[in-house]
Amino acid sequence: MSHNTLDRARSIPGPTASKKQGSPLNRGVAIGYLSLIVLIPLAAVVWRSTDGGVEGFLQAISNPQALAALRLTLLASLVVVALNVVTGTLIAWVLVRDSFRGKGVVNAIIDLPFALPTIVAGLTLLALYGSESPLGLNVAYTKVSVGMALLFVTLPFVVRATQPVLLELDRGMEEASASLGASELQTFRRIILPNLLPAILSGAALGFARSIGEFGSVVLLTGNIPFETQVASVYIFGQVEGDNVTGAAAVSVLLLVISLLVLFAMSLLNRWGTRHDR
Amino acid sequence: MIARLTLRTLALSYLALLLVFPVGVVFVRTFAEGVGPVWEAITRPDALHALWLTLLVAAIAVAGNTIFGVICAIVLVRHDFRGKALLNAVLDLPLAVSPVVVGLALLVVYGRTSLVGGWLAEAGIRVIFSAPGIILATIFVSLPFVVREVVPVLREIGTEQEQAATTLGASAFQTFRLVTLPAIRSGVAYGVVLTTARAIGEFGAVSIISGKLAGRTETLTIYVEDRFLHFDLVGCYTASVILALIAVMTLLLTNLFKPREEY
Repeated sequence: MSHNTLDRARSIPGPTASKKQGSPLNRGVAIGYLSLIVLIPLAAVVWRSTDGGVEGFLQAISNPQALAALRLTLLASLVVVALNVVTGTLIAWVLVRDSFRGKGVVNAIIDLPFALPTIVAGLTLLALYGSESPLGLNVAYTKVSVGMALLFVTLPFVVRATQPVLLELDRGMEEASASLGASELQTFRRIILPNLLPAILSGAALGFARSIGEFGSVVLLTGNIPFETQVASVYIFGQVEGDNVTGAAAVSVLLLVISLLVLFAMSLLNRWGTRHDR
Repeated sequence: MIARLTLRTLALSYLALLLVFPVGVVFVRTFAEGVGPVWEAITRPDALHALWLTLLVAAIAVAGNTIFGVICAIVLVRHDFRGKALLNAVLDLPLAVSPVVVGLALLVVYGRTSLVGGWLAEAGIRVIFSAPGIILATIFVSLPFVVREVVPVLREIGTEQEQAATTLGASAFQTFRLVTLPAIRSGVAYGVVLTTARAIGEFGAVSIISGKLAGRTETLTIYVEDRFLHFDLVGCYTASVILALIAVMTLLLTNLFKPREEY
């Protein structure tokens, strides 16, 4: 929920004088737990995906329905992330630079999508934008509903990544820019935006990774129509239900690879961001 | 001034349409026919069982991940070894992996046809379609939060006090219990709140691993889906409101524990 803390924690701390507590036993416990819970099961999926050989793997991921689901997932995630970059920066801006009554409450509810179970998120959207919509807007079971679910669950990422950077931004630069005759828009574009960019992109990457694998919020809202509104995670779920575990594993491996690439890109971004600090 | 008002209106309308109104509609619809049906929906045996299972699973996952989180944070901050960067990277995996893939992974390892699943079945232990599987899935998805909150705090407090304690003759465990633990308390508390929220809300992974057996392996999130698919909207909305209230409580607690310099 607090991604700035995540970012602070992500840069690996150097060794300190006292290494007493980092005994080999502690290290063993940490690595053992992580292996048992995370690494071994994920490795098992990768291993299982090759049950039918390389050919079977390729066949599983080139299944037309799987391809359609993957395409929709990637496209929807890209669109959602692009929207998040705009709305997230806007919300962060309003929360930092504006002041109005109730700002504290608004600031607190930004985290609601992280705290709310995804199935409930989907249900709430369905209540307002489904067939019984009090607004008369029915987008359920359409591609719009996929985007809407993803927008809901990824809302906090860009806001929470950008907010602290904006808060610490030196106002002197903006004042200098304004006194030299730059318009507000010019100041934003040439002074503020370049400073925020690493944070915005890092939030966007986290949101993208989240979108790629999202399941709970889309499952009730989108109707899971193959070739139409079915995303990759729902496709995988269907394959598991249909007892095609190997096929499900193959598509899962593809999602895993995308997630890993995003994580890798994020660590590069973080390095870029810290370089800009100096 | 006009620009500022426009931006404010845009931001607040977006939040209202995407977040506040949808959640509000569910609350209103839940109590549309008064408190009676809601109470009836909560006290149904399947609903109570789902609530109980959710709390049990969350309690075990939070306990496991808190102990692991503190140990792992100490290892990351106070120790230098080869592969530390890798350990640090693997910690982020649960945030990036789809919950459905988590469920599938556990199914592949512990399923009836797998090697491990076979051994465990012979020993009379069922993981798939029962509580242990749900617990494993929940631990997986809520794993990083305590570590990620404790690491920065641990780094900030430094080692001087611990060294002083050691010099004065404290054992390693005494130093941890009397010096380190009180100092990282706020980070641990924040991490525990985040872990609890994630654990209670997990759906995708549990959806695959639990088999969704009503009254037996249904957690509250699964129960929401089950009631929805059975056109029992009151039951569905009631369970959702319970989960939403837990979420709101989490928000209040995180605002309480949030490291102060952030906002």
